[in-house]
Amino acid sequence: MNEPRHGGAEPDVAASPLIRMRDIRKVYDTGKIQVEALRDVALDVASGEFLAVVGPSGSGKSTLMNLIGCLDTPTAGSYELRGESVAGMNRAQLAEIRNRRIGFVFQSFNLIPQISTYENVEMPLLFGRVARRRRRERVEEVLARVGLADRMEHKPTELSGGQMQRAAIARALAMRPDILLADEPTGNLDSTSGGDIMDLFAQLWEQGHTMIVITHDTALSRRTSRRIELHDGRITSDLRNGA
Amino acid sequence: MSWMSSSLKQLFRDLRAQRLRTLLTTLGIVWGTVAVSLLLAFGGGFHHQLKKNSAGLGNGIVIAWPSLTSMPFEGLGKGRPIRLDEEDIRLLRQGAAELGDISSEYGETLRLQLGPKTLAVDTAGVHPVFGEMRNMIPQEGGRFINALDMLHKRRVAFLGNDLAEQLFGAGDPVGQLLRIHGSPFTIVGVLKQKNQDSSYRFRDKDMLVIPATTMQALTGQKYMDNFVFTARDVARTQEATQEVLEILAGKHRFDPRDKEALGVWDTSEMAAFFDTFMLAFRLFLGIIGALTLVVGGIGVSNIMNVVVEERTREIGIKMALGARPRGVLGQFLVETLIITAAGGAIGLAITFGLCRLFPAFGVTDYVGDPSLSPGLALGTVALLGAIGLVAGYFPARSAARLDPVVAMKM
Repeated sequence: MNEPRHGGAEPDVAASPLIRMRDIRKVYDTGKIQVEALRDVALDVASGEFLAVVGPSGSGKSTLMNLIGCLDTPTAGSYELRGESVAGMNRAQLAEIRNRRIGFVFQSFNLIPQISTYENVEMPLLFGRVARRRRRERVEEVLARVGLADRMEHKPTELSGGQMQRAAIARALAMRPDILLADEPTGNLDSTSGGDIMDLFAQLWEQGHTMIVITHDTALSRRTSRRIELHDGRITSDLRNGA
Repeated sequence: MSWMSSSLKQLFRDLRAQRLRTLLTTLGIVWGTVAVSLLLAFGGGFHHQLKKNSAGLGNGIVIAWPSLTSMPFEGLGKGRPIRLDEEDIRLLRQGAAELGDISSEYGETLRLQLGPKTLAVDTAGVHPVFGEMRNMIPQEGGRFINALDMLHKRRVAFLGNDLAEQLFGAGDPVGQLLRIHGSPFTIVGVLKQKNQDSSYRFRDKDMLVIPATTMQALTGQKYMDNFVFTARDVARTQEATQEVLEILAGKHRFDPRDKEALGVWDTSEMAAFFDTFMLAFRLFLGIIGALTLVVGGIGVSNIMNVVVEERTREIGIKMALGARPRGVLGQFLVETLIITAAGGAIGLAITFGLCRLFPAFGVTDYVGDPSLSPGLALGTVALLGAIGLVAGYFPARSAARLDPVVAMKM
């Protein structure tokens, strides 16, 4: 597990990108009609980047997120994650990759309501077969980082929206993944809580995390280091903020 | 491992949330387990009792009656009486290689006197081996007729247990004197009570047994009424019977195929029939029980399907976080097996309890006592395990096959 290195440093894209996608195509076959959700997508993301993916509904943002997050595999094209080809992996291998390399943050939090915040955050560590003592340390550490050290025993339903999203971020950080992948993380939050989450994201980036955020939120996308825009399944612009 | 334990915690939470449905499902398994194990336990007990009752007659004995010929043979007409005496017994002992034990039997209803009491008692004169062949076991402190009794034509008598009670009440008859056919006899033993659900002449509990030689001296009876024999190996009883028939047919000049000249009742055939019949009967009971259990299994499968459906979103989340499909499959399988195991354990406990209680109902002599043997319990557990696995597999597989992207939108 590599420790976060330098916050917000200049990415070295050419050397060895964390994510390397080429000629990615994703077609959903509903039986009657085929929907081409992504076409000819090429994307490199370097370690330490803070990438915003923006675009109108139906532009393929969620599909791209599912592919990056190894929740789905492309119909065609190649995807390498830290030099490892993901495209041909089976479900068990993909599960392993998700567990070790990706930390998910969802719009609707996706916490399991029946169990405590602690247990929710512990879950990926259980799947990753981390020893009990290490788990305890990690859970306490990440909950402290998101400011929920005093809410460990609360169930998600006893937390506010902002707290729930912070619990979800703690869960995403627990396995020390290569990438933090967030889908509309502020979409279900009021502006104050949303602002808190944005601050937390910026902070995590400064600590060296690689972040990819899919968002409609222009306030959030303005704070990232890079911003790509999708239209009809294609990348139509790729801008580096401050560049 | 720890994921399992957290899954178990979750299982119990789920089961609590659906308390009524879980209860009913478990009840289905409990009922199925009780059905299969109790039916088989009763089947086993019944079989055991049948065997025990038929052992009252003897262990694989053959009873043979000399009678009248019904077929002409070597120029002799039919309707000729065949009469057997001790010489024939000697001949069979020497000549029949397959023969085990053999005893002639002389029967007569004789006058018995004990003080002021006078009774007409069915009396059999037999050889010492008769006791063992017919399972006539003496009560403690007594004995059956022995070789010296035979040799010296001793006036000794072995009493049926009901007869003994009728004569002496609760008192000990052994060593007491009584008169039979006018002669004094010493009582040497009393029959230990047994279940006898079939007989060919007298009820053992009501009869009097004396040595064959004494009987002949007492009544002047030369020819036996019947004889009883066993084969050296019970599985070769037919061959032994054939030998006996051929030897006697040769000596007394009758057709060995003549069913009437020497009537034969092979009780080992009956035992073999009972064994086959009981096997079929128990198989039938087992199938009925197993079907009941299968219905219970369907109930469990059903509830697990509902559980998977209700937890689709959660399964999706877990998969996104790195739960492997096999892990999800295993989790639901284990959950199903736990429900099945719980129901099965309760069911087996109920059966065990009922088996313990049953003897108190006092019908043991008729239907036997059900018993939950280790083999039977193990078989039930194996069946439960198989049903649990099948019941759990399909819901578990559908859980493991969920697409996390779709499942999380539920």
